[in-house]
Amino acid sequence: MSALGPFNRATARLGPVNRRLILLLVALVIVFGLLLGHRLFNAASLRSMAYQLPELGILSLAMMIPLLSGGLDLSIIATADLSALAMAWILTHMVPAHPGFAWVAWQVAAIVAGLVLAAIVGMLNGLIIAYLEVSPILTTLGMMTLIKGISIGLTHGGVLSGFPAPIVFIGNGDLWGVPIVLLIFVALAIPVGIMLTRSPFGQVLNMLGSNEAATRYSGVDTRRALVKVYILSGVLASVAGVVMMARFNSANAAYGESYLLVTILAAVLGGISPSGGFGKVTGLVFALVILQLISTAFNLLNFSQFLTLAIWGATLILVAGVTRLREHFLR
Amino acid sequence: MRNALRRFGRTHEARLLLVTVALMIFLSFATKNFFTIQNALDLLTSYAFPGMMAAGLVVVLVAGGLDISFTAVASIAQYLAVLAANHYGIGWLGLFGIALAVGTALGLLNALLVTGLRIASIIVTIAMLNVYYGLLMFVTGGDTINSLPDWFANGLSWVVAFDSHQNPYILNMQMIGLVLAFIMTWLLLNRTSVGRQLRALGGNPEAAKRVGFNVLRLNMVAYGYMGFMAGLASLVQAQVAQTVMPNALVGRELDVLAAVVLGGASLFGGVGTVLGTILGLALLAILQNGLILLGVASFWTECFTGIVFLVAVSTIAWERRRQRLAIRRVIGTAA
Repeated sequence: MSALGPFNRATARLGPVNRRLILLLVALVIVFGLLLGHRLFNAASLRSMAYQLPELGILSLAMMIPLLSGGLDLSIIATADLSALAMAWILTHMVPAHPGFAWVAWQVAAIVAGLVLAAIVGMLNGLIIAYLEVSPILTTLGMMTLIKGISIGLTHGGVLSGFPAPIVFIGNGDLWGVPIVLLIFVALAIPVGIMLTRSPFGQVLNMLGSNEAATRYSGVDTRRALVKVYILSGVLASVAGVVMMARFNSANAAYGESYLLVTILAAVLGGISPSGGFGKVTGLVFALVILQLISTAFNLLNFSQFLTLAIWGATLILVAGVTRLREHFLR
Repeated sequence: MRNALRRFGRTHEARLLLVTVALMIFLSFATKNFFTIQNALDLLTSYAFPGMMAAGLVVVLVAGGLDISFTAVASIAQYLAVLAANHYGIGWLGLFGIALAVGTALGLLNALLVTGLRIASIIVTIAMLNVYYGLLMFVTGGDTINSLPDWFANGLSWVVAFDSHQNPYILNMQMIGLVLAFIMTWLLLNRTSVGRQLRALGGNPEAAKRVGFNVLRLNMVAYGYMGFMAGLASLVQAQVAQTVMPNALVGRELDVLAAVVLGGASLFGGVGTVLGTILGLALLAILQNGLILLGVASFWTECFTGIVFLVAVSTIAWERRRQRLAIRRVIGTAA
């Protein structure tokens, strides 16, 4: 065991969850490396992973924050689609054909409008959860049905497409070889991570998830905090909406629906406790990389995307099972 | 009797009944076709599948759990059963036997994992939804089974009466299945010892454990029963649809959950009745049916469903909060 000493010390700061995830990641890299070699680890497939990961990544961030507070947000995909549709409507109806001041201004206005709309949806969620004390699952389930209903009602299930070049560039362009969408994900993940560990609000969030009553009695305005949680979740979802809209160059009421339950899987796999209070952004990122690696490797092996889905589910069960067995035998 | 009525008047079910009846009266006057026997029969047929699922799910909720995977369980059960029926002459008994056995087995697996892993049942069953559904789609390649055995495609139905134009009123296996499902759930929850234990487990898991309840066994009853219902409902659905599509059912799990919760079942366990579940389902069904009959474009159905659901869960939560405060006041004055 002494040989492992330095390793253990170096990884002690990571915590048990991240250590386990890194071990899993290393194991997957070795297995897939042996199976696929250069077909997996070349510039092209790494780039395609970098383009695919941010969508699920940003949505998982939007799911992670309510999970930490002891809740859940089932309305993130519907929020992303509604705000993407609002942005798409402005982009296709208001932006003039030729570049100029109005051309830029309307594009900025479109994105701001989408973010504000999502913030309002999130605020409604938060108000119902905090002040009417409806459980988060039910509130956001109802909100999901309601706003998806609005999206479908207004678009009749149709697609809005054809955006100005800068918007398409957000989804498909890169800066010095790094996809813009990945930069957006990093630019969100780092501040969210810092906020969760270093800011008073992050502290309150984790306390809320651990014990709401105790948090309230220690003088925290838990209701205000909850409203903030769901506003943040809505705004993050809306950024995911921008990414999806820009990548597909279109918006629709039903894009990304299959991601909903997967975001919960990713978050829980990343060590975020489903009952709240515990979890780190780094864990989530490791989990996302693992899921993406499995997905890309299976794609290269010509397995169906549905087998990927099954393996994602099985990975969570397996990790939970190993954790449980360790607890059982080490006690 | 009057006391019982008065007590019923204060329950969630009574309020739900009031809203549903009010909606029915309004629709009977506002539309030409709502208040007809044919419309009622059509509604029963098309809501048999979500209804039977709801009858299973309410048991899991009462026991303090949550199952999201039942749509995938149903998909696997109907696929295997119909596949077998197409290749071997197994008849009605074999068909139902396979679907029920597959459904129950997958439900029991859920129970083992939920109990053994000790993480929230919603997480376990979301993961298992992906596992079941992913494997089904992978193995079948997403292929639809278009040809059902003739005896199954024709189904079981009986003409019970004729209307004034000699159009038949038909009693079919969907209606029988739906009624049977609710009767079975009612018996399980109200007339068996295990049903009492399930409610106790959901109401206070820690106390139930200390009293010596076997949690694994009770979870196996709850999730196994859910799987059993999924198997039964899957065949009823396949018979209406006249095809078996592996991806037809997955995605409807949250709709069923909405109906059960609308009926007053609590996600925290211990609370939930068969009557409430029937009324919750009826309210959603009549609302959606009414919107179509009123000529509202079907694109807006989901929006209205969402509003009704949000209003309903808000009132339920508000009522429970008031009760809690009242209890606290009584305790406060007594102390």
